[in-house]
Amino acid sequence: MSGGAIAFMVFGIVITWGGAAVCISIAMRAKK
Amino acid sequence: MKQQQEQWGSRVGFILAAVGSAIGLGNIWRFPYMAFDNGGGAFLIPYFVALLTAGIPIIIMEFSLGHKMKGGGPLTFAKLNRKFEWIGWWQGLISFVIAVYYVAVIGWAINYILFSFTLAWSGEPVAFFTGQFLAMSDGPFHLGGIRWPILAAVVFSWLVSFVALYAGVKEGIERANKVFMPLLIVLLLVILVRGVTLPGAADGLELLFKPDFSQILNGSVWVAAYGQIFFTLSIAFAIMITYSSYLPEDSDIVNNGFMTALLNSGFSILAGIAIFSILGYMMHVQGGELPENLSGVFLAFATIPAAINQLPTMSVLVGVLFFLALTFAGMSSFISINEVVVRSFVDKLDAPRKKVVVWYTVIAGLVSLIFTTGAGLYILDIVDYFINNFGVAVAGLVEVIVVGYLFRLSDLRDHANATSDFKIGRWWDLMIKVVTPVILGLSVILNFVENFSANYGGYGTLEVLVFGWAVAALAVVIGFVFARTKWADEGVL
Repeated sequence: MSGGAIAFMVFGIVITWGGAAVCISIAMRAKK
Repeated sequence: MKQQQEQWGSRVGFILAAVGSAIGLGNIWRFPYMAFDNGGGAFLIPYFVALLTAGIPIIIMEFSLGHKMKGGGPLTFAKLNRKFEWIGWWQGLISFVIAVYYVAVIGWAINYILFSFTLAWSGEPVAFFTGQFLAMSDGPFHLGGIRWPILAAVVFSWLVSFVALYAGVKEGIERANKVFMPLLIVLLLVILVRGVTLPGAADGLELLFKPDFSQILNGSVWVAAYGQIFFTLSIAFAIMITYSSYLPEDSDIVNNGFMTALLNSGFSILAGIAIFSILGYMMHVQGGELPENLSGVFLAFATIPAAINQLPTMSVLVGVLFFLALTFAGMSSFISINEVVVRSFVDKLDAPRKKVVVWYTVIAGLVSLIFTTGAGLYILDIVDYFINNFGVAVAGLVEVIVVGYLFRLSDLRDHANATSDFKIGRWWDLMIKVVTPVILGLSVILNFVENFSANYGGYGTLEVLVFGWAVAALAVVIGFVFARTKWADEGVL
């Protein structure tokens, strides 16, 4: 795989799952 | 008789149900191809811009509407203004149309779970699918008789939906999603791990993610990205309005909207990796040749089975898991689509939920029989295209214009912010009032132009008139008729 392809695959995963993880952590902090 | 408002049992239950509704067959068979065909990795740029400027703002708008108005589509729009009740019914009828054909695809997936145990499609997956399995007739007007294995699986799917809806929001829908969604993620991860460890997987992922930046300047790629976001999030057919109406008073709106949208897109990315790893393996086996069908029904029921045949090990397991994943993804969306219609009638007739569920399941189940015939795939193809492009998209456009311009959007923003973990600012108003209507309007106009110049899919004029234009138009017309009938309890308005 080229560097560009790897970068965009990681970009897609980080934005979505990373973003969701941030939202979940905000929700859990708010609950406390 | 005043109906008691049901509620979700937990925030997790609501999120799983909303994500379960958003994650459907399209995440598996539409997103990967859209990315591959529209610039590879570079497609993610317009895709995420569309997510932030249209997908998330609309989902927050629908969550706010449902939560504030405490109703399904018709009641929510009627509470905004009686003149707009028809929009809710229109969206409900769109849901009805989608439900009656969507169940057929779930029925196919259930059959293919069983076929996977013997790899029944053998060396000819396309011929098996269209011939032996579907027994396709020679056109949409030639029904060619009912396919009994499909009918059996369709009846089973209706039964699952019936049980979930009959048991209610907390005990039925929430419980079903708490089973389906974790299982779906596990299944996808197993398929993904199998996929990326196959020889040639990297070549498939290269095809999916290699960025072609020239495509970013292409307007049609942006329209495709907004279209993908719009269709993937279950917006504009009142699902999110209905689901959020069951949220308790102090529930978060904004963060729930972000979570739902991001988890849905995250699933799409993983599904893309799984699908293109497997396609890469096929290329590896076939001497670098890319398979023919890379999206939609034929990706799932012909190309993937062909790939499964060629797997060095675990063919049966991957087949069973893949079609189970399709079934779970479809079933959680199917239940949510049905809930839209059920809730609409419960509100309007002030009727007991259980009674409405029985009647709805029988009537919709009977209508769905047409998709179990030899003409099922033809009709499904036409109805699906028209109800999405001239039903969901137009209803979405009308919804954002009506809510954005005829009501004080700032009130809705204040409502969302009042109970949310983090707040939305004026940027949200701009997205709802300007960005979304402009892009959605453009894509609707392009669709009209395209379909006035040539019939969709090469079908005959009468075929697209009856199963396409007429179905999409009837959803609006019947919506107006339903909106003119009296509410059993005017006090709910």
